[in-house]
Amino acid sequence: MTGIINYGAGNIYSVFTAVKTCGGEPFVIEKATDLKKGSMIVLPGVGAFADGIKSLSESGIIEPLIREIEKGKPFLGICLGLQLLFSYSEEGNCRGFDLIKGDVKKFSFGNRDFRIPHMGWNKLKIIDRKNWLFDDIPDNEYFYFAHSYYPEPEDCSVILGKTLYGIEFVSAIKKQNLVGVQFHPEKSGDCGIRFLKNFMGGKWLR
Amino acid sequence: MAAIRVIPCLDVKEGKVVKGVHFENLVEAGDPVEHAAFYSGEKADELVFLDISATIEGRKTMIDAVKKVSEVVFIPLTVGGGITGLQDIENLLKAGADKISINTSAVRNPGVIKEGAAKFGSQCIVVAIDGKRTAGGWEVYTESGKNPTGIDVTEWARRVEGLGAGEILLTSIDMDGTQKGYDIEMTKAVADNVRVPVIASGGAGTLEHMSQVILEGKASAVLLASLLHFRKYTVKQIKEYLKEQGVSVRI
Repeated sequence: MTGIINYGAGNIYSVFTAVKTCGGEPFVIEKATDLKKGSMIVLPGVGAFADGIKSLSESGIIEPLIREIEKGKPFLGICLGLQLLFSYSEEGNCRGFDLIKGDVKKFSFGNRDFRIPHMGWNKLKIIDRKNWLFDDIPDNEYFYFAHSYYPEPEDCSVILGKTLYGIEFVSAIKKQNLVGVQFHPEKSGDCGIRFLKNFMGGKWLR
Repeated sequence: MAAIRVIPCLDVKEGKVVKGVHFENLVEAGDPVEHAAFYSGEKADELVFLDISATIEGRKTMIDAVKKVSEVVFIPLTVGGGITGLQDIENLLKAGADKISINTSAVRNPGVIKEGAAKFGSQCIVVAIDGKRTAGGWEVYTESGKNPTGIDVTEWARRVEGLGAGEILLTSIDMDGTQKGYDIEMTKAVADNVRVPVIASGGAGTLEHMSQVILEGKASAVLLASLLHFRKYTVKQIKEYLKEQGVSVRI
């Protein structure tokens, strides 16, 4: 059972159907007690950082979620769900879960060649090629992005993949049982589905 | 660099695609799922469904259609037409839409942009602007191009960006349906005035028109309807041409 955390805003339905397509059994996590039911947990995300933290903390999910992750449950954070793992975000000057040391920063470009939000399909440069998460996914394949902020981890060893958009930013990370991606696998066509399948398959954990 | 997007737009009425591709060997030619799967297979980057239903029942079938499409097609899906408030947005997002597009109701009540962006994030609020050339610039029209508003297109674009729109879908009323090319000047004027991506729409007749609006008009995406539906070009042909012109595309 793959638990998908619902924290108000954001479209969890796409993630739900994508998990189902991958052969998983998705269910929606609405409150802290639902967390235990999932053999893995997905934190999807669109919307603003501070609002995300606020509604997650109102439903009392943050502390129990961190405990589940620390106990070793496979976890996937998508977009805002990745950013929330970090220590701090410039968006709303807000502290995150602090599971990954580092900051979330806003794109800032001198010209309009690079539009904000970074919206659309861009290439994922795979850094950790032998990781099972990228099984059957070629390097520099296109994934779908929609964000104005990007994560900057302190520890380079967590970096799985990078993407070029004005600057080269970190678009995929892994730390033990915790995976985070800035792109939307649920909206990235066949490659996105393949990535989700690889995550759910769990070979990357070994 | 993010790839320039090619986005098919489908008109949906009472849950059925109208003016869609004339498929062969298809049980129901107007099935949104078949159309969505077809374009997704062609590597369309996103899909836009425009609900032109006249009835409340029709709108309900639209929700069902979105649900079914999002179960089989894993690319971003935008729904526009008749959206007036947060509840409409929420219903569509819950059904599986990734973005919603608002036009007339945004002009009537700009607050809906701000509230929508605050609640669901800017990335899912697309503001559609229909512009018509005037002596000194371009004027915003609403009600499917019937109602002049007296609002300047570039000013409105800046305003909706400030309110939290994540993208602007810009249609030239003058060029729409003519196949004589996009209004490059209007597209560039808007793109130069905002930081969010601009999707160009209205007037495409040739492949050259598309590269022009991207390279000269600074559009981040092109929205296409009849050219694709009547098979004048395929998404693949368009992307291959754009690539030859030095435009970055996802092939």
